[in-house]
Amino acid sequence: MTTIEGVVGKTGDATQMTYREAIREAIREAMRRDDRVFLMGEDVGRYGGCYAVSMGLLEEFGPDRIRDTPLSESGFVGAGIGAALGGMRPIVEIMTVNFSLLALDQIMNNAATLLHMSGGQLAVPIVIRMTTGAGRQLAAQHSHSLEGWYAHIPGLKILAPATIDDARGMLWPALADPDPVLIFENGSLYTVEGPAPDPTATGDISHAAIRRPGRDLTIVTYGGTLSKALAAAEDLATHGVDAEVIDLRVLRPLDDATMVASVARTHRAVIVDEGWRSGSLAAEISARLVEQAFYDLDAPIERVCSAEVPIPYARHMEEAALPQVAGIVAASLRTVGTHA
Amino acid sequence: MPEFRMPSLGADMESGRLLEWLVSPGDAVHRGDVVAVVDTDKAAIEVECFDDGVVSALLVQPGEKVPVGTALAAIGAPAPPAITEPGTITEPGASPGPAAAPLPSVDAVPGQRLATLPVPAVMPAPPAVTPLAPQGVSPLVRRLARQRGVDLTAVAAAVPGQVVHRADVERFCAAGPPARTSRVRASPLARRLAAASGVDLAGVPGTAEAGAVRAEDVYRALAGARPGPDASATGPALPAKRPSVPTAEPSTVPTAEPPTVPTAAAHAPSAAAQSHASGMRRAIAELVSRANREIPHYYVSTSIDMTAATQWLRARNRELDVSERIVPAALLLLCAARAAVAVPELNGHWVDGAFRPAATVDLGTVISLRGGGIMVPVIPDAANLTIDHVMAAVRDLVERARSGRLRASALTGASITVSNLGDQGVDAVFGVVYPPQVALVGFGAVRDRPWTVDGLLGVRPAVVASLAADHRASDGAVGARFLRHIDRLLQKPEEL
Repeated sequence: MTTIEGVVGKTGDATQMTYREAIREAIREAMRRDDRVFLMGEDVGRYGGCYAVSMGLLEEFGPDRIRDTPLSESGFVGAGIGAALGGMRPIVEIMTVNFSLLALDQIMNNAATLLHMSGGQLAVPIVIRMTTGAGRQLAAQHSHSLEGWYAHIPGLKILAPATIDDARGMLWPALADPDPVLIFENGSLYTVEGPAPDPTATGDISHAAIRRPGRDLTIVTYGGTLSKALAAAEDLATHGVDAEVIDLRVLRPLDDATMVASVARTHRAVIVDEGWRSGSLAAEISARLVEQAFYDLDAPIERVCSAEVPIPYARHMEEAALPQVAGIVAASLRTVGTHA
Repeated sequence: MPEFRMPSLGADMESGRLLEWLVSPGDAVHRGDVVAVVDTDKAAIEVECFDDGVVSALLVQPGEKVPVGTALAAIGAPAPPAITEPGTITEPGASPGPAAAPLPSVDAVPGQRLATLPVPAVMPAPPAVTPLAPQGVSPLVRRLARQRGVDLTAVAAAVPGQVVHRADVERFCAAGPPARTSRVRASPLARRLAAASGVDLAGVPGTAEAGAVRAEDVYRALAGARPGPDASATGPALPAKRPSVPTAEPSTVPTAEPPTVPTAAAHAPSAAAQSHASGMRRAIAELVSRANREIPHYYVSTSIDMTAATQWLRARNRELDVSERIVPAALLLLCAARAAVAVPELNGHWVDGAFRPAATVDLGTVISLRGGGIMVPVIPDAANLTIDHVMAAVRDLVERARSGRLRASALTGASITVSNLGDQGVDAVFGVVYPPQVALVGFGAVRDRPWTVDGLLGVRPAVVASLAADHRASDGAVGARFLRHIDRLLQKPEEL
């Protein structure tokens, strides 16, 4: 049990909470509020979740509502879609986004299309959670950031909680949404600890958030790179550059208004995205800014993305492949035309 | 000796204005060469010469308008094909002097005709004329080369045939080094700012990567080009240090009559801008001429105590974000609109000998453009707007008018117009009514003035409101009632 306590965190301190605990609390709350809600996925029950998110829930809610599944992403995601069609409110956990590709057919061809194919008769109110991102030396089959691919698909809503508050607050509105919602949890965030969120706060799953206001440039990011963007903004402040940091929060549909309004104030944009650069979410955001804020731009838009390689295992190489604070600072300084 | 005359470029053409000479005295010309540009009523047209010879004198200066048939230039006999001896005189009376140098300046004797000028029939020393360019280059091609900054000998070297044509120069330019003709590297924001403030980007040193011009550079150029304390006293067009785009700069933008911007005097406006400006000038000229011809104006004015209005604005603005603050001009506009509801005799149009009142107050707002000229966009149904809406409308119109993006609908159908020159420091405005409207309201600057209250002299902020109106539609008493109403509204701004 010592290992479990170590993973679960400081359950004794009610004022502090980890990202992992925030998600667990959100699941627990949803299970209590609505008996149609259940959790399903690989190792979510007896093992407590591969990332220990569902630790203790099997004991609390029993095997009918916390269901271990076989290693068959296509099968259990399809089952979740069926349950949603049948009136349930399933939360399906996929271990990592890399494995979700096995369920891509179910997600794209069924969950995302059924409302359309049935002429509006069949909504699919499923929530699919999965881990994304690198930074934990899990190598090239567990470390990629493919949320940008899902953000390409009409019919899905894509969320990327980057803060403990969002981890706690986004699940319930996602379950209440009549359409399929995918929640991407960056693996590097689970152990992040912060003040416990207000459990009564209503989560917003429509808007981006300005995490740090600034005048000189806009850094647009989401998920696992938000903390790096904020650290870069602090560093930039020492160079006399006042950066605004936008946390997208919702990757589809994108909150264009917030981004465009910000760039209209700052005239410069740096996009930080842990995905690969080519055909990325960063590319989409860049295009939208050029389309909608062209006459406000005073410098070329910069993108800080992952190197276009399979994410390496070796720590130093993995770090070199991912967006880092120094790279964000350098790109930001290029847009404002000063040098470190 | 042949003369080159103002041609008739259309059956209805009676006269033409010489815009530009493409040749100078001493230039050899050939039949068919384009030698001048003439402005007809319709367009600028390049006109050809009908004779071979050497231009001996230009008789009409660019800018002059002369009847069809007037001699524009004198053309001497063609130079002999090969002249080797500089002293050769082929015709009696020809000047043996060096090249074309001693020709009398036409400027000095503008009215003088060819016959009285001591013009050499032949230019005896062609070396002064031709060595600059290869053989057989027409004046038009020479001008094109000059404009593009192209060395004609270089073009000729690249041309297979003997004669350099216009297309050869174009081709040479297209293929040649882009140094002169390349587009200025500038950010979209810098371009937008430059266009709005009349700055020529080509003259702005860029500080971004590879010398690209960014917003800061434009601001710097504007700051540098501001002529002096007089101009800056009226308020700079754009603040020098990184402001948040013109729209959010309340001190300069939202005023209905923005300061005429000291555009960079060093940068000559482009030809396109000039012709646009002159088009607008013509339109304004036509409108006001008609107004003064047709409309018997009467004028009334009154001084209005602005204490209540100023205090109210100050209190209100304290609660508002800087970008939403109300400027006094917006309040004056709204009061004028409301007063027009109370005095409908001034709100409408004079059509076919009768006054037609308008159903709503569609308020024309005179906006000065930075490059000169005015636009009068309309705020529809202004009397029913709140002060915040009027402010937003003004801000929007000023920005659109300045950037030339006004919608056509915003320019038509005013039922009454306001001209506010307060921020230009004038005391009062006595304007010209825009036909077919029947009234133009003017406001001067709100400034502290001596004011008597209950027999004591005090200092109060005050503004002079004036009215120019069409006497056919209304009488002075109506105008007086209108101004009184504005006064009354301004004493209780909280009721607006």
